[in-house]
Amino acid sequence: MKLHLNQKNIPLLATIAVFLLIYLAGSVLYSNFFSLRVFVNLFIDNAFVGVIAIGMTFVIISGGIDLSVGSVVALAGVLAAKMMHDFGVHPILAFSICLGLGAMFGMIMGCLIHFFELPPFLVTLVGMFLARGLAFLVSLNAIPIKHPVVNAIIDFGIPLGFRAWLPATAMIFIAVTLVGIYLQHYTRFGRNTYAIGSSEQSAILMGLPVGRTKILVYTFNGFLSALAGVVYSLYTSSGYPLACVGLELDVIAAVVIGGTLLSGGSGYVAGTLIGVLILGLIQTFITFQGTLSSWWTKIVIGVLLFVFILLQRYLSKAGARR
Amino acid sequence: MDQNNVLIDIKRVSKAFPGVLALDQVNLCLRGGEVHGLMGENGAGKSTLIKVLTGLYPRDTGEILFEGEPFSLSSPQEAADHGLSTLYQEINLIPALSVAENIYIGREPMRFGRIDWKQINGDASLAIRKLDLDIDVTQPVSSYSVAIQQLVAITRALEISAKVLILDEPTSSLDLAEVAQLFKVIRKLKEDGIGILFVTHFIDQVYEITDRITVLRNGAFIGEYETQKLPRIELIAHMLGKDPETFSLEQTAGKTQQEKTKTGQTLLDVKQLERKGSMMAFDLTINKGEVLGLAGLLGSGRTEIARLLFGIDRSHKGTILLDGEETVISSPRKAISHLFAFCPENRKEEGIIEDLTVRENIILALQARQGIFRPLSGRRQSEIADKYIELLDIKTPSDSQAVKNLSGGNQQKVIIARWLATEPRFLILDEPTRGIDVGAKAEIQKLILGLSEDGLAILFISSELEEVIACCDRIAVLRDRKILSELSGEAIEETNIMQVIASKDVNQ
Repeated sequence: MKLHLNQKNIPLLATIAVFLLIYLAGSVLYSNFFSLRVFVNLFIDNAFVGVIAIGMTFVIISGGIDLSVGSVVALAGVLAAKMMHDFGVHPILAFSICLGLGAMFGMIMGCLIHFFELPPFLVTLVGMFLARGLAFLVSLNAIPIKHPVVNAIIDFGIPLGFRAWLPATAMIFIAVTLVGIYLQHYTRFGRNTYAIGSSEQSAILMGLPVGRTKILVYTFNGFLSALAGVVYSLYTSSGYPLACVGLELDVIAAVVIGGTLLSGGSGYVAGTLIGVLILGLIQTFITFQGTLSSWWTKIVIGVLLFVFILLQRYLSKAGARR
Repeated sequence: MDQNNVLIDIKRVSKAFPGVLALDQVNLCLRGGEVHGLMGENGAGKSTLIKVLTGLYPRDTGEILFEGEPFSLSSPQEAADHGLSTLYQEINLIPALSVAENIYIGREPMRFGRIDWKQINGDASLAIRKLDLDIDVTQPVSSYSVAIQQLVAITRALEISAKVLILDEPTSSLDLAEVAQLFKVIRKLKEDGIGILFVTHFIDQVYEITDRITVLRNGAFIGEYETQKLPRIELIAHMLGKDPETFSLEQTAGKTQQEKTKTGQTLLDVKQLERKGSMMAFDLTINKGEVLGLAGLLGSGRTEIARLLFGIDRSHKGTILLDGEETVISSPRKAISHLFAFCPENRKEEGIIEDLTVRENIILALQARQGIFRPLSGRRQSEIADKYIELLDIKTPSDSQAVKNLSGGNQQKVIIARWLATEPRFLILDEPTRGIDVGAKAEIQKLILGLSEDGLAILFISSELEEVIACCDRIAVLRDRKILSELSGEAIEETNIMQVIASKDVNQ
């Protein structure tokens, strides 16, 4: 089969190149860097980021943005912990309630965006403050999660050999990624998000269900944010109202580095997966380096983001010239 | 052609908007296997009729029959379900998605609950080949030219099983070769029995492709004609609302300033200026103290010339000599620095800033030229504003009145005043009298003549022939983005202008 170099694939290819480059550099510079364990840790440590990034990819491709995700993670985590710790609710029920509330939260934001034609930036900014405030209303302090069922979930995992081990949280991340890829490429919902993000006017005139798709996108993202909250609370064994402040920006960075256009209409879930791994890889790299402050992560991400935005700008201009 | 094969029969449909009767008892009869031209000048009601037909607007009275059955639509989506597809001038496709997906999105074939990409790409290739087009359907639509995008949109419409195709000015951004390609497809569809409603303002194209023409004017139904039996001059007469029989009787009334002995020097000498897809190469000279008129139907290239001269659009070829020196006018800013001024066609959108006062609106261009770091003093502002309020006789209680409270004619004068305040050498007026009452029109015409006597070079664009004739010393007549000829002196007559517009193009 002939290899098509579609112009829209260039950002994705650039993402893969960057990932390989960093991975190669780390492997050459540090022993132990090139190991299954380090690689699997990328999935474990970034599971909660990744789960939201998948949802955010849909949001951004549809031409929107969601700033509320970090706060929803904190709210979901602290709410689940509170229910289990103070009221003795069974963990499965507590988590389910949180997921339902997360989806509802997203749906309400989606409805506001669609029916009142409010800008997503503002609506989700409101959502961000609201969810953060509610998280503090639930508890001012971190609540530990100790429950036999929770411990069982945390301890559950598939041994991969080479001292590597795939825990439940990483499995959730991988599962969500696969579901995301399926939704994006093989369902009308997924294709409609592209259409809306590329040209909403055309999508309306083509008779696509614009409103329903938009609301569904935010509902899906709200659900995934809550799921990320569950993953985060499993990862830290606690619920903490101040968790994940500013996470939304990391997530957006991962999506953009993953090759999704911030203006909408173009991008891939698979690209986002690599974008998330790149963020994790940079962190790992700096940990291995040992002497640099961890804030260097932010600097590198900033530079990388800048390069990718320039690339996108260049590509969209080149596209317009044709 | 089967005469009884009527697809759409619009009978006495009326539609009123607050203050305007947009459609007044309009009829239209579209048969299967014909290309039907819908013609009319600005405000004739073409777009309104299409919007009523496709369910975007409800109609007030009248009925629409579709294949003999009364039918009424409430949304464009429903129209598509009935096999009624509309293609607009701006192409409504999703630029980022592939050609194949654009044809099928919303109706993707599914297999085992998932989209069947193989079938989509295969079907799309077949569908696109039916229009004699051979392109890679997996590439994004945005990577193809506008003409091909147009054909992709048609393919989509056909795949939704179109019986009726409404093409709303589909050729306005295509070049000649692309138009030929589109027409080939249209002829093919016609043979397949599809009824095509073709809206355009290109006279040559109407005669090339249509079988029948319906003419509207000011919302009223003028008539349905067989294209072959309708001489061009009559079509133009119907569109403009002149009786072709009485052309010769109409004398050049009000043509008094013919004797104006203007020995103006050449200000602008335009040579072979061209912008592909918007204006064919043209020559034009504009003299100091002279009013040059551009006459032609809507879309003939009048505004395009103005935009080129003012640097809003850039030319691809040709030169402009200003005072004998070659000058590149690359932006409106450049044009303003050469002391050009441009009153655009769209007063509300491009000219007036409604919430600012008369004074602020008048000094706007002058201040812009000075730069924000050298503000005009309040007193100087008032002086300038008052000067022009008096000069142009702008009826306003004071110079601090918000412009939105003024009448249309006075708003127009404010815009002219704004540009006069910059003391220009060259003034472009694009439809300065549109939408204002008769008295104000006469005043603005008088003003134009007065300004030219003071040595100002003026380019005057208007769709009303009487007005062009009354104001201009010379008239360039345009059709289909080309200057056909120039009339001056005695030759400036309505009949002459219309004959030039109707003339067959010798080059084709």
